[in-house]
Amino acid sequence: MHRISVTVNGTTREGEVEARTLLVHWLRDSLGLAGTPIGCDTSNCGACTVLMDGRSVKSCSVLAVQADGSEVTTIQGLANGEWHPVQKAFKECHALQCGYCTPGMITAAVDLLGENPDPTEEEIRHGLEGNLCRCTGYHNIVKAVELAAGEMREAAK
Amino acid sequence: MTETTEAGTAQAGTARTPAIGSPVRRKEDDRLVTGQTTWTDNVALPGALHMGLVRSPIAHARITGIDTSAAKAMPGVVDVFTAADLGDDNVKIPCVWPVTDDIVMPDFHSLAVDKVRQVGDVVAVVLAQDKVTAEDAIENVVVDYDPLPAVVDMEAALADGSPILHEDKGTNQCYTMNFPCGDYEAAKAASDVVVSRRFINQRLIPVAMEPRAVACSPMGTSEEYTLWSATQVPHVLRVLLALSTGVPENQLRVIAPDVGGGFGSKLQMYREEALALVLARRLGRPVRWTETRSENMVATHHGRDQIQDVEIAATRDGTIKGLKVALTANMGAYLQIITPGIPLLGMFMYNGIYKMDAYDFSCTGVFTNTTPTDAYRGAGRPEATYAIERIVDELAAELGMDPIELRRKNWIAHEEFPYQTISGLTYDTGNYEAATEKALELFKYDELRAEQQRRRESNDLVQLGIGVSTFTEMCGLAPSRTLGALKYVAGGWENCTIRVLPLGKVELVTGTSPHGQGHVTSWSQIASDVLGVPVEDVEVIHGDTARSPYGMDTYGSRSLAVGGQAILRAGQKVVEKAKLIAAHQMEANPDDLEFVDGAFRVKGDPEKSTTIQAVAFEAFTAHNLPDGMEPTLSGESTVDPADFSFPHGTHLAAMEVDTETGKATLRSYVCVDDVGVVVNPLIVEGQVHGGIAQGVAQALYEGAVYDADGNLLTASMADYLLPTALDLPSFVTDRTVTPSTTHPLGTKGVGEAGTIASTPAIINGVVDALRPYGVNDVPMPASPEHVWRTLQAAKAGGAA
Ligand code: FES
Ligand code: FES
Repeated sequence: MHRISVTVNGTTREGEVEARTLLVHWLRDSLGLAGTPIGCDTSNCGACTVLMDGRSVKSCSVLAVQADGSEVTTIQGLANGEWHPVQKAFKECHALQCGYCTPGMITAAVDLLGENPDPTEEEIRHGLEGNLCRCTGYHNIVKAVELAAGEMREAAK
Repeated sequence: MTETTEAGTAQAGTARTPAIGSPVRRKEDDRLVTGQTTWTDNVALPGALHMGLVRSPIAHARITGIDTSAAKAMPGVVDVFTAADLGDDNVKIPCVWPVTDDIVMPDFHSLAVDKVRQVGDVVAVVLAQDKVTAEDAIENVVVDYDPLPAVVDMEAALADGSPILHEDKGTNQCYTMNFPCGDYEAAKAASDVVVSRRFINQRLIPVAMEPRAVACSPMGTSEEYTLWSATQVPHVLRVLLALSTGVPENQLRVIAPDVGGGFGSKLQMYREEALALVLARRLGRPVRWTETRSENMVATHHGRDQIQDVEIAATRDGTIKGLKVALTANMGAYLQIITPGIPLLGMFMYNGIYKMDAYDFSCTGVFTNTTPTDAYRGAGRPEATYAIERIVDELAAELGMDPIELRRKNWIAHEEFPYQTISGLTYDTGNYEAATEKALELFKYDELRAEQQRRRESNDLVQLGIGVSTFTEMCGLAPSRTLGALKYVAGGWENCTIRVLPLGKVELVTGTSPHGQGHVTSWSQIASDVLGVPVEDVEVIHGDTARSPYGMDTYGSRSLAVGGQAILRAGQKVVEKAKLIAAHQMEANPDDLEFVDGAFRVKGDPEKSTTIQAVAFEAFTAHNLPDGMEPTLSGESTVDPADFSFPHGTHLAAMEVDTETGKATLRSYVCVDDVGVVVNPLIVEGQVHGGIAQGVAQALYEGAVYDADGNLLTASMADYLLPTALDLPSFVTDRTVTPSTTHPLGTKGVGEAGTIASTPAIINGVVDALRPYGVNDVPMPASPEHVWRTLQAAKAGGAA
């Protein structure tokens, strides 16, 4: 067993984990942060995406021990008093149906907009390529990211 | 589930804008975008044992021995069961649609008895203290198999000498049936042109993003069970589990919490659900299981997988005379809930929107050593639409006609509705002309045809193809008598109860079971208009047999088409009762009252009025009700639909095909759908987008592939190609509105339209691009490899 200490959604969390424990399992099963879902076992779907030190990672392809000392933000820690602009835009644009891909999609989009505040449609589609959605056909997800980008640029002025 | 809906359009005291038709933002979203969800896997169940399923790695084999001792000896393992250990608890998984009198219905046990018949078949179940131990223990169950030859090809399975899956039945043929309408041979004889094709509607894997999950808890000391499942059909599941396990239905509560998509794949009673219940009963402890994605690919039912031999006969001027369809349908290794019925759901739709003198349908169902097939988005109708829309394009090419022109010549004109089709259905309304005109304009059809011509003339390496699909489909499953006539064992009604609570808030209890569709919002909009209350005052209760006791759940685009009628009728009953109370209290004749925007007013006396909320309080106190009237204000309705509904639309795809690499790219997509009256345009558009994506996926990307030994080669997301954001364009969607006349709200249904329409649009586009090279079909998915091989074969002089 290994002792780890991770700042999760702003709070320091410590735990004993097996070397093989995946970050997503630690978040879900040990910390009870069930807002981050699991959609596959081959690192393809992106449903489990979280932010680690500000960058999006698939938490099923990170070992919990690798997260030791880092800052992790999950969908449940994204709202800061009020919803993140990307969360608002997803609702406004009807960018989710069943919502299973949504936590990963939103966190991936937050990272994308951090890197590129004014992406084209093509760049958005590239940026979200690692996140699968079976419901929306991506159309409204792209629109939501465009809307959020505009709002965030406006707010940054 | 309980929710309130927000952001109403209704304002007390002002003339309300109708909620129906308004793009109300979904209340469902608040918990979904913040991660506050209750997926089944998130349900906390202290002390629950985790099931691990020992699955066969071999497609066809005799089980000669199972040694569970090593697994049982592991710390944390509570028990391990085989079929022999379970005895009577090894319940059979039901099929509720015996489509013919002499259908072969083999036993399908929760745990395989003596033989396995597909990769993923379950031979033993482990119960452990935690998930990881369960997974480790699976590896320690030693199963001895005596492999048998497997058969995955349908025609090979029907041939003499094939390995037989269910030896006691002596055949791999599940059923064969014929549905002749008119005299096809006479129609053919009266024709000048006959075009025939063999289309392969390939096997698909539904891949809802949330894998399946089940959790079952015995309630205290009594013989009662609560079962949570990632299911589309909690009500159907309760009935089937009660029938199969003997747990009395009134002691079984089934809850579908948040469900992450289904597309038909969660319309089932799965063996894992049965096992969770019988093991919870046996051990008196909670039991849970969550599917891994790799399990999902082999253990959750698949869709499609039909060989379609299609022949169309027409006169030289393009008048379609007759259509003949012979299907071979892959059942997989076993029959699940409606496996044999899927082709029948398409049976009535092969004639599409066209008039003709004769139609001959036949179908043979076949067992193979593969995962069972069952409903997948559209269930039978995408297959039918693919066949008719593809063959009509082939006929147009044969006749040298524009594909739109040929369709115009044969479709039912808008003034001909209601129209009884050759297959016997009566289409109530439709306007194919209007939808097509609008689509052609948005698509810039003529410009694209001109560009196509230029590219052809210049021998451009990238050719342009225009794919047309003018589809209709059958929604609103279904009139119960019709289902009975088709040998389906249940009805097709839907139930709703609406209660106006003492303080004026509304509870709407529905038997539909949403899993991403946004019913909570749409249903609130309907109730808002019927009762004249704000949308946010309506709370929708669903997906829990204890709270919404009657329902037929959600599939087949039935929820609005059928469930919406029950909402309307339940609401009307509430208003009827409230009116009597209001009249009594205002000492007026009920006939003199009008009900506008949630208020009862005495006609001609604007001073005298009361609100439905005030009436609800009076109904609660019951101090002053009309003689004999029962207190409380509620209405319940169970509606059996009068008929199906028939959405339609025109979908157009511009396909660019690289003739060197074979890569087919969807450049633009335009669709104009007519789904009747729209309750929430935002939600309807979302359904269309997602539907198109799944249909495009069948056309260009997806396909389950087995090797000859029955191993699924596409058994993970790394091998089964699901489209990403990069693989799809944005879509141009629009609508025409021709209200259904058989559904009182005028609605038709939209859940499957996009999927049904888009697959043939895409393939027609690919074939259209390559037609100058002699190509007249492309196998799905139209991957670069398939397209390239087709093109090479055509260039070499033979059809692919
Ligand atoms: S769960 Fe699918 S990528 Fe992590
Ligand atoms: S909203 Fe269902 S998977 Fe994306």
